[in-house]
Amino acid sequence: METLNFEYEAKQPLTRRAHVGVVGSGDLEVLIEPSDKPAANVRVRTSVDGYAQVWKAVLDRFFSHFEHAARVEINDFGATPGTVTLRLEQAGELVKP
Amino acid sequence: MTPTEHGTDPTAAERRDRFLSRRSVIEMRARERAQALLDPGSFRELLGPFDRLESPWLPLQGIVPQSDDGVVIARGELAGKPAVIMAIEGAFQGGSLGEVSGSKIAGALALARRDGEAGKPVLPVLLLETGGVRLQEANLGEAVVAEIHAEIIALRRHVPVIGVITGMVGCFGGMSIAASLCSYLVVLPQARFELNGPEVIEQEAGIDELDANDRRLIWSLIGGEQRYETGFADALIEDDAESLRRTIRDLAVQGVPARHRTEAVDDYRRLLAKIDPTGPLDGPGFRQIWPRGEMR
Repeated sequence: METLNFEYEAKQPLTRRAHVGVVGSGDLEVLIEPSDKPAANVRVRTSVDGYAQVWKAVLDRFFSHFEHAARVEINDFGATPGTVTLRLEQAGELVKP
Repeated sequence: MTPTEHGTDPTAAERRDRFLSRRSVIEMRARERAQALLDPGSFRELLGPFDRLESPWLPLQGIVPQSDDGVVIARGELAGKPAVIMAIEGAFQGGSLGEVSGSKIAGALALARRDGEAGKPVLPVLLLETGGVRLQEANLGEAVVAEIHAEIIALRRHVPVIGVITGMVGCFGGMSIAASLCSYLVVLPQARFELNGPEVIEQEAGIDELDANDRRLIWSLIGGEQRYETGFADALIEDDAESLRRTIRDLAVQGVPARHRTEAVDDYRRLLAKIDPTGPLDGPGFRQIWPRGEMR
């Protein structure tokens, strides 16, 4: 298991929270909730070690259009980058005002 | 089958329409199952993901935990009556019960018992997709599963405890004992229900004893239909959320049974006496010596 932390700039506040997914084979869960800090802080715990660069690329892309101040927790059980992106978009949809 | 499942013989078109309108419970995750069973708008989760009551033991062993530890506890109403759903998430660690997930179920059962003792019955429903105790949490898991057993026995005096095994994980280990302790047990044909899972038997006794990959054989021995036909389950229903909701409602109306399955010690002694351990025994053979209705 590897724990990775990321931080992105935020421009808008968030009012809602959301939980999607499951820590099952090839899947992940995403928890997203409002943050007091003007940033999006992401903590990733993944069962697959050594993929920090791939995580950074996937998260960079998501946070290029998601600009809310949020605390994001990801618990991953070997999801592919495509699945991670879909789960992030799903969570993002649910917290949209 | 519940009476509503039979009805008059449907035409092919009616059968097709019913098939297409089904909502698969197997394909739902634990939280969706609880939401599907409770009346619309009444779902209220206790100790949900944002309470972050996750396993403290899994990360220490390099295993990613889940924010609800794989158990969803939901209060709400089922057919207008107060209910609590305890749903195990089979996709997380094989639905295994650790210290936290097991305690969530034991705690919910204890609260339901307190309500029952106070004369405000809450219908407890267990959705059991579980391999049993989580091996990584060893004795803590064993202890909490024992606590669940004790709570079911204490609670079923006040209100019928309803267990459901949907599949595809099935229900094994200590939680198969919990399933047997329930007042009523509902199974789907896809369910498997046994103390020692096929993989464990193959690993311990060899492939000559049991081939865990032989699906036809496994389901003929421990599948939902076999368990229903031999009286180890009280209802066999198709994979549909509405059928499951109706079945639970109808069983709840029957109230606490006069005698629970685990109190039928003499019947099971009679069953054991009927089995000849010197010869082979297969699924159909077992149905012959112990057909549904042989109990009571």
